[in-house]
Amino acid sequence: MEILKPADVLDIKTIQKDFPILSHEIRPGLRVTYLDSTATTQKPLQVINAMDDYYRRSNANIHRGIHHLAEEATALYEDARIRIANFINAPDARQVIFTRNTTESINLVAQTWGRKNLRAGDVIILTEMEHHSNLVPWQLLAAELDLQLEFVPVSDNGLLDLEEYEKLLGMGPRLVAFTQMSNVLGTINPAEEMISQAHAAGALVLIDGAQSVPHFAVDVQALDADFLVFSGHKMCGPTGVGVLYGRRNLLEEMPPFLGGGDMIKKVELRTFTANTIPHKFEAGTPAIAEVIGFGAAVDYLEQVGMERIADQEQVVVNYAIERLTEVPGVEVYGPEGKERGGVTSFNLEGVHAHDVAQILDGDGIAVRAGHHCAMPLHDKLGIPASTRASYYLYNSVTDVDRLVDSIYRVKEIFRS
Amino acid sequence: MDDFYREVIIDRYQNPHFRGELDPHDISFEDSNPLCGDEIRIDVVLNGDERVAEARFSGRGCAISQASADLLLEHIQGKTIDEVKQLSKEDVLDLLGIELGPVRLKCALLSLKVLKAGAYGMTEASDDLVA
Repeated sequence: MEILKPADVLDIKTIQKDFPILSHEIRPGLRVTYLDSTATTQKPLQVINAMDDYYRRSNANIHRGIHHLAEEATALYEDARIRIANFINAPDARQVIFTRNTTESINLVAQTWGRKNLRAGDVIILTEMEHHSNLVPWQLLAAELDLQLEFVPVSDNGLLDLEEYEKLLGMGPRLVAFTQMSNVLGTINPAEEMISQAHAAGALVLIDGAQSVPHFAVDVQALDADFLVFSGHKMCGPTGVGVLYGRRNLLEEMPPFLGGGDMIKKVELRTFTANTIPHKFEAGTPAIAEVIGFGAAVDYLEQVGMERIADQEQVVVNYAIERLTEVPGVEVYGPEGKERGGVTSFNLEGVHAHDVAQILDGDGIAVRAGHHCAMPLHDKLGIPASTRASYYLYNSVTDVDRLVDSIYRVKEIFRS
Repeated sequence: MDDFYREVIIDRYQNPHFRGELDPHDISFEDSNPLCGDEIRIDVVLNGDERVAEARFSGRGCAISQASADLLLEHIQGKTIDEVKQLSKEDVLDLLGIELGPVRLKCALLSLKVLKAGAYGMTEASDDLVA
């Protein structure tokens, strides 16, 4: 059966012009076909310029200086917080805490809310499809406090086993923490329903939004999430800045995380009084330029439109699944249809993922090979590694054709 | 780029000459590369004058890691333990006949690391063995 090549939703040529790296020649005469946005995304000029402008015109430390530049830097930093809060429809910008990344946000919740509220024997529910960043912080805490970790299984179709989830909720967990979208399978989990079930069971919910917030509109109020965590660099922003969104009363009751400047109201030699949120959790000089760049990234995504970005990725990923499945020896992991975001992890029979990625790289195609920081999920799938192609707003259906052509070249070299 | 996957590498990956396990053995060691999950175990049987009589590898990984293990075990046939201990990164690269970047270098050198850690009777393999 012939596969029809669909039309792109977005004007990809115009979007690609915003990303200087996509027209840069990585080797003479070769431009990158970037299919590794799940690891980190490329950055548009709008973000690069915002950070560059900040260093050229506004650089100063924030929240303390009286001088003009300090005021300007503080205003830019706090304005970014408001725009990011609006982006996820947070009721109040003070509920957006800047951290280094998703990982630090999860560790913050584990080490402050977790240590204060959890006791030996308490149950935390996670899932088998979590990134290491949503496993290890809880493993550390569980070892320290003697907590019980339970895992929602992943079914063969790549979806969470929601019947099993309901059963686990019967154990009376204190916290449920899960990814809204799998970084390996692309599975989009039914977060709204899962959160409401968890609340009914008396648990709080932390949503790992590292892969969801960049790719489709996420509304913390509609979700009714207690915590939402995500990273700037996976959504066209710079590295070094992430967000912890939390329900206001929870954040206010949580003890501080790191101690130092800016997180205090008053310090004496032996005691301190903690600052109010969000500053309570932002000790020391933060990544000011990066926060400003993150604000510019959110503006950029909104200008393109989150719904159109999601539609574009849907067209590309569906075409990718069709084309990849057609290649003899290729197995694509994960669910089909609407429950899936722009990620295709696959294996080619008889060829290790690293060799696939190496040969693809020869054609300028950037993919990820390995376990993608989800070793337990790969154990579950019974594979040591996979090759992952992931898509974002600058990827067209033509990129999928390039990927598939290159996979045929791998087959030639390996005679598979 | 295609030079990277020289005929000999693809051939040794798909049809290794020294894949298997030896039991009993005089030396057995295994290690993995946590970055990519490559795993290699090497078993060695020595003859009377402490020379390599037989050697086999098992495990899983990319073409580079598996082919380099196979070529390395061929190379050490009849060598003394002291000669095995003297093997270097350059020896493995000569066997493979390709240039490797830092990431793939780890794939290529895993088998040498395992072999030398076994030869030295170490409890844990160290990257210093293949520096």
